[in-house]
Amino acid sequence: MTAMLEMRNVSKSFAGVQALRDVNFSVHAGQIHALVGENGAGKSTLMKVLSGVYPHGSYEGTIVFDGEERRFRDINDSEALGIIIIHQELALIPLMSIAENIFLSHPPSKLGVIDRDEVYRRTRELLAQVGLKESPDTLITDLGVGKQQLVEIAKALSKRVRMLILDEPTASLNEADSAALLERLMAFREQGIGSILISHKLNEVAKVADHITVLRDGRTVDSIDCRAEPIQEDRIIRSMVNRDMAHRFPERSVKIGEPVLDVANWSVYHPIHPERQVIKNVNFGVRRGEVVGIAGLMGAGRTEFAMSLFGRSWGTNISGSIRLEGRDMVLPSVAAAIDAGLAYVTEDRKQLGLILADDVRKNITLASLDQVAPKRVIDDIAELKIASDYRTRMRIRCSDVYQETGQLSGGNQQKVVLSKWLMTDPKVLILDEPTRGIDVGAKYEIYCIINELAEAGRGVVVISSEMPELLGICDRICVMNDGAFVGEFKGADATQEKIMRAIMRNERNIGNAAPAAAEMGGMQP
Amino acid sequence: MTDKTVSLPEERRHGSFIKNNLRNYGMLMSLIAIMLFFQVMTGGTLLQPLNLTNLVLQNSYIVIMALGMLLVIVTGHIDLSVGSVAGFVGAVAAVLMVTYKIDYTLAFIACLLLGAAIGAAQGYWVAFFGIPSFIVTLAGMLVFKGLALAVLQGQSLGPFPATFQKLSSGFIPELLPEAGTLHPTSMLIGAVLALGLVYASAKGRSREQSHGIEVEPYAFFLGKSVLLACAVLYFTYLIASHRGLPNVLVIMTALIALYGFVTRRTVIGRQVYAVGGNAKAAKLSGIKTERLTFLTFVNMGVLAALAGLVFAARLNTATPKAGLGFELDVIAACFIGGASAYGGVGRVGGAVVGAMIMGVMNNGMSILGIGIDYQQVIKGLVLLGAVCIDVYNQRR
Repeated sequence: MTAMLEMRNVSKSFAGVQALRDVNFSVHAGQIHALVGENGAGKSTLMKVLSGVYPHGSYEGTIVFDGEERRFRDINDSEALGIIIIHQELALIPLMSIAENIFLSHPPSKLGVIDRDEVYRRTRELLAQVGLKESPDTLITDLGVGKQQLVEIAKALSKRVRMLILDEPTASLNEADSAALLERLMAFREQGIGSILISHKLNEVAKVADHITVLRDGRTVDSIDCRAEPIQEDRIIRSMVNRDMAHRFPERSVKIGEPVLDVANWSVYHPIHPERQVIKNVNFGVRRGEVVGIAGLMGAGRTEFAMSLFGRSWGTNISGSIRLEGRDMVLPSVAAAIDAGLAYVTEDRKQLGLILADDVRKNITLASLDQVAPKRVIDDIAELKIASDYRTRMRIRCSDVYQETGQLSGGNQQKVVLSKWLMTDPKVLILDEPTRGIDVGAKYEIYCIINELAEAGRGVVVISSEMPELLGICDRICVMNDGAFVGEFKGADATQEKIMRAIMRNERNIGNAAPAAAEMGGMQP
Repeated sequence: MTDKTVSLPEERRHGSFIKNNLRNYGMLMSLIAIMLFFQVMTGGTLLQPLNLTNLVLQNSYIVIMALGMLLVIVTGHIDLSVGSVAGFVGAVAAVLMVTYKIDYTLAFIACLLLGAAIGAAQGYWVAFFGIPSFIVTLAGMLVFKGLALAVLQGQSLGPFPATFQKLSSGFIPELLPEAGTLHPTSMLIGAVLALGLVYASAKGRSREQSHGIEVEPYAFFLGKSVLLACAVLYFTYLIASHRGLPNVLVIMTALIALYGFVTRRTVIGRQVYAVGGNAKAAKLSGIKTERLTFLTFVNMGVLAALAGLVFAARLNTATPKAGLGFELDVIAACFIGGASAYGGVGRVGGAVVGAMIMGVMNNGMSILGIGIDYQQVIKGLVLLGAVCIDVYNQRR
């Protein structure tokens, strides 16, 4: 079998920095080819070369597609051949319908007038192909991220896709949506569509990939034929980071102390639909030195719960009591919450966590300017010293603390956000998806930081959709579903199956089975 | 990765400093180039003491408003009403002082409070109601233009009390014996200012050095200080050889220094930039974003009122047309000075330089006899060009 796509000896450099060196990469028809590597390994650059974002002439090497050498001038050239890339940040227009989005660039038309019947007919066909039961009229903004991802794929199919490139498609999906998406990929394999899957989630890669290519520092360092040999995650990780990672999660000595945070009878209503109770009279607690995980599906109310605790930054009609170190607290604003010793690291560091145009120093001190500004005037030398300290302590990789945070990699950005919150000297830190979109090496460092925080006697709450991560770092895992806690496990006892079972049992109990089942897709036991 | 800031080779350090400074001082250099151009084209008229003094007087109110506008733009908003507000406040001032003969100090303070109230009224809708500032201040522009007409009943009103006129047309009193045409008090103030600036930057540099922070190479520091001191001295020399320092220049300089300090060194200044850079992130960091936005509008209102008073005092009458189109010059000054229309970026120094570029061009083109029609065309193109250069620089 000859390859549908072959990239030969591709090299590309930016202003002296070699991003790709002699990369060879090929994909057959009906093959799922996974491309893995740390952030900055060159995966996205390689895909941009393939899709024509970097036009012919700006790189060295050749691209052969269908046995012919191709010289793409822009992305239209590659799309014409059916090479479609779906980016991590979805490119859908929120206030347009599914149908309008799918046929945005080339709507079927007669004499320049859009043929709506044809648009709807074809949209329904495409939606059926991706397994999405929604009306073509539904606005994108009314869909969850998982379904939006499927709309993107439907859009790709409308362009007669032959080679589908997915950049971290499951990064913001929960387990069920991810599973549904991967199943689609396997269906496409049967239809002879080649897929390139860029992912940090090795369990998914192991599940669907026919071939795995590992990139590191712009070179191909490993190539695994999954049909010929069993997949060893350890081997992949070793190739990715070039170091033996006996344990993906660092060891720590657990010393759990007094309760530090106690939330009782907490209830929160939706800010736009005030009749909807989102958090349903829950109780929750953390002790000093304890790492507590909150597991759950997307939309279970975990982020809403955390944000409502954090100075009521989400929801209305909030009631219940918060006790910090045994004292009752009223936290009407974020400033009050910070003063009381709470910190919340948001799940969306670019939109909610950082000021990307500002430098590392300003971002670190933002939440605790009082510490560097006696009498409200900033002591710039004290500020610089504190920021530089955090840079060293957290191993933030930047040219200096005056570098814009927007230029840093995801892992380093996350370390800046963590530094900001450490500087407020919190008693309890709530980390919402702390390792989303971060490569394996940086993840390990974040886990180490979490351990240090717990060892220093702080209470740590980790909200995560990656169950292995929760199992790896938490002393206790609480399972949230539909705004309530439906299960709790000691770290040692917990398994993915137990957590999923707790969620599924609850879904059935609340008589919500029909929509839940649809959402769960193939995960229904 | 290791620390990269230490021990770069000497030439590379110089090179990178030249590059950085070129970016920081690009607009200042454009201003100097524009001034030289007009100085040559007008056969030396531009920098004649009389003309320079007029230039300062003519542009003072634009500079004053640009200070407030910069903060508004940095928070990610815009204020289209400042021209109308300035005109309205000038009209109210005339009614108070001329019609009702109220004491000018009292009237002055009342007018500034009126400006604050106007700013608060507009800021309330923007900050707490989330109505786009463009719309709120567009409404304000119409409302206050109309109110100015109503207050003046369509007539011009003047003249103002002589002391009030001194706000714009007065000069600082001469305390020393005069030396020919040169005003020694003004010259002395200029010299003290020049020395003070050099001393402050030398002190800052040695403070940074003593903490082991990398500082600019000594040659650059020296060159910069000498240039700065010379520029200040030369400027004061020119001004001092006409009638001395105008009162309004003193006010303006004090305001520039104050706002420069607030934006660069204070908590509230830092927070304003954070709100403009990413309001949601700022809010989740405990910053009261709505209150800050509100306050920038209050501040803008006060400065617009002050500008209105300065302008009225300069004309010595309040006219219904006062303040017409000021907002455009003020906003242009901020953008020429490098403020970002998306918020979060902009410097006080930049806005002042931007205002001076507009002022010098107005003045120079008028001396050259270019008609008001083509003056506008040229100013528009300069605004577009300046922003293009800025966007291009940021892309690199």
